[in-house]
Amino acid sequence: MTLNYKSTNENPCNMCMPMGGILPYKGIEGAMVMLHGSQGCSTYMRRHMAEHYNEPIDVGSSSLNEKGTVYGGEKNLKQGLINIIMVYEPKIVGVLTTCLAETIGEDVERIVADFLKENPDVSSTIIPGSTPGYGGSHFEGYFTTLRQILKTITKATQPHEKLNIIIPNISPADIRELKRLLDTMDIKYTIFPDFSETLDRPYEKTYKKVPEGGTTIKEIEQMAGAKATIQFATTVEDALSPGKYLYDTYGVPLYNLPIPLGIENTDLLFETIQQITNLTMPDSIKKERGRLIDAMIDSHKYNAQGRAVVYGEPEQAFSVATLCLENGITPNVIATGSKTTKLSKLLQPGLKRKLVNQDAVNIIQETDFSVIRAAAVEAKANIAIGHSDGRYLTEKEGIPLVRHGFPIHDRVGGQRLLSIGYLGTTVFLDRITNTLLENKYLHYRTNMYQEYYKKAKTI
Amino acid sequence: MKVVVKLDSTKSKKKSFIAERSESISMKGHQKSQVKCDTDSVAGSMSQRACVFCGARVVLNPITDAIHLVHGPIGCASYTWDIRGSLSSGSELYRNSFSTDMKEKDVIFGGEKKLEQAIDELVDEYHPKLMFVYSTCIVGVIGDDLDAVCKKKSLQYGIEIIPVQSSGFIGNKAAGYRAACDAILKIIKPEETTSQAIIERKSNCKRVINYLGDFNLAAEAWIIQGYLKEIGIDINVTFTGDANYEALKKATDAELNIIQCAGSMTYLAKKMEELYGIPYMHISFLGIEDTKESLRRIAHFFQNIELEEKTEKLIAREESQIAKTLHWYKQQLQGKKAAIYVGGGFKAISLIKQFNEIGIEVVMVGTQTGRKEEYDTIADLATAGTVILDDANPSELEQFMTEKAADLLVGGVKERPLAYKLGVAFIDHNHDRKHPLSGFIGAVNFATEVHSTVCSPVWKYV
Repeated sequence: MTLNYKSTNENPCNMCMPMGGILPYKGIEGAMVMLHGSQGCSTYMRRHMAEHYNEPIDVGSSSLNEKGTVYGGEKNLKQGLINIIMVYEPKIVGVLTTCLAETIGEDVERIVADFLKENPDVSSTIIPGSTPGYGGSHFEGYFTTLRQILKTITKATQPHEKLNIIIPNISPADIRELKRLLDTMDIKYTIFPDFSETLDRPYEKTYKKVPEGGTTIKEIEQMAGAKATIQFATTVEDALSPGKYLYDTYGVPLYNLPIPLGIENTDLLFETIQQITNLTMPDSIKKERGRLIDAMIDSHKYNAQGRAVVYGEPEQAFSVATLCLENGITPNVIATGSKTTKLSKLLQPGLKRKLVNQDAVNIIQETDFSVIRAAAVEAKANIAIGHSDGRYLTEKEGIPLVRHGFPIHDRVGGQRLLSIGYLGTTVFLDRITNTLLENKYLHYRTNMYQEYYKKAKTI
Repeated sequence: MKVVVKLDSTKSKKKSFIAERSESISMKGHQKSQVKCDTDSVAGSMSQRACVFCGARVVLNPITDAIHLVHGPIGCASYTWDIRGSLSSGSELYRNSFSTDMKEKDVIFGGEKKLEQAIDELVDEYHPKLMFVYSTCIVGVIGDDLDAVCKKKSLQYGIEIIPVQSSGFIGNKAAGYRAACDAILKIIKPEETTSQAIIERKSNCKRVINYLGDFNLAAEAWIIQGYLKEIGIDINVTFTGDANYEALKKATDAELNIIQCAGSMTYLAKKMEELYGIPYMHISFLGIEDTKESLRRIAHFFQNIELEEKTEKLIAREESQIAKTLHWYKQQLQGKKAAIYVGGGFKAISLIKQFNEIGIEVVMVGTQTGRKEEYDTIADLATAGTVILDDANPSELEQFMTEKAADLLVGGVKERPLAYKLGVAFIDHNHDRKHPLSGFIGAVNFATEVHSTVCSPVWKYV
């Protein structure tokens, strides 16, 4: 399969900017979000998120119609804000643009300012943001929005002891694991954004339209006075980086780390914590680390046979690729639908140190699944690690898929996938190793028969 | 323009309602006025509807050997990639999601060149006979001439490249159905359109019908095809489940068009009657009563005793096979209350009847794109006190399900988590389901699914 597409994307590996922009608002207390565009955008994104998180996902739309498109969508946007504020009584309303709003040149900031002037009773903070669907992938949409929220809410404040922890799109279960680790060490922190409760809610008798949980406005305000920021966003450009914004504006020291997935990345987190706070790793976490090493030893020979296709958001692709490398799995294909200059650079030292044949590794950015599939076949991959959209690698090429990242829409429990910290890595690594073993055992008899019996017969 | 919000600090239930939505909600027996429908969604009302592009894509996408190329930014193609359970007996080309992946510079300088090149690449790679090119919001705004590009490329390659005018903002999902039907009409246009030719063709093809508005989700079109074949009727083309280019070209050979999904396909049927003299009838294969009645009406159309006898034989056999099972389910489910929130009005009507067949009363009925005449029928079928609503939102669904003490909701993917969070059972009547709900077998599957969720042990713990 050799494709030479220049103008066609065949089976996308990424989503659009507003999609990424919705998620941060789900991690802020009492927040609602609204898309300025046609009705379809919000419906599609709600559906995508509802399937992944198995939670109700309310995302408003200004429902731009033909008239609004021709004469401007100001009336729709204002009416939409009124209705959302009335029904949901939010503390914050995020307003994100779509392709449509951007193309017709809507000045959302001006419209929102006018709206607030005309409606002095409104106490909600309204945050306009620019997320044109053609401007980048959901990955950029996510970080752009985080930065926009900080720009609007944070203000100069007294220095305090708390740490800012800025996270990429990891699962609610991962966020809870991160909190557990920090709590164990008695560290004071602000997770931003924190959708661990809102997108993985416990069942309770009374239904709440806006679920409890999320980073509070007060916490966000005070992020300017934090002792330091730990941000898991090594592949994010400075212009989009929320941590860089806090550093540039308020001088908050920034530690930009990979997602603490895998032993090296998690070690790095604890080393950084020690550097900032002087706190060393408690015994209970040392034991978790020891168990991870034990698990790595148990499975190292099975993993050595792994030829993996790793894909997804750049930050996830990087951490999963490093996990593969430290476990002897060759990440033959490392791919992302987003545009990134950093992923390849960041991966080089690890590849150099750990692989005999670095040329066997194909790092592809801004790509689609037609390219990933062809590369996977060429590399004779026996495992894929990434979100649900790669399921055709299994269906068409027989490459088993370990589901990780977003979106997971053909399995239940995307919100419960645990993969960070020593404990999460252990669980995740077991899933990977067991998938390799299952695949091996499933084909072992036929493969050996074909390879040796048949060959011997024909000689 | 000046709009003023009056924020009431008291927590009253009334606030769940947006004033502009009041005419879209009614209660049977309490007011005479019709439910307002077929209008644009209210901004900020959290509508569950999709856009024009979505409507067009869901209708056309099951055409199996076509390239479905989305001309627009990547999102539109990302969110609609093989999201349904439509099955194919042949080509799998339709399960790919192709996009021109427009970027900022394409928006500024126009996307026609990129579209042309994308068509070139796809023809080179797949040699298709048929390609649909969907317009999205951006394309509608920047004014790329889809018609001209498709025409040019169509002539260049000698294949059919059909533009689908589906910019998201030019209406709602129903406008997308229409755009899809217009695209289909361009394909099925026969080369000779004299009435003589049509008469001749028809005299050669007895008892051949088209099946409109079935997308072959979980083999549903094949199930109905089996029933009809047994009584002596061949399905010519299914629109659009498991349809392909060759089949679509023969569409005008049929003597009758039957329509399952009225919302998406009535327009096509009317056009085919107008242009080619093919009569149509609305049928429904959801639920036993509707399935029986539909089979009888189709058989009756042909005015043939043998056909009608075979139909009765099939009905008697199928019914007796499932009677005991359904009776048991009915006993278990008697007295439960259901809420319905689905895409089209015709489906809602069938569902009310189907729930009654298994002893369940419907207390709330809503649709995304129902039409006036469908809401009339719904109002006739509903019992007093039933809430009827058009283009509902989560807040309203929550309020009425709670108020009416519904035991289950039938709806789509977005509604499922809401129902579960309210401790209410749920039935997927969406496009990605993997089990058929049509015909006699579908009626059993439906009852089984209702039982599995309403009577699940899990509710003991909530």
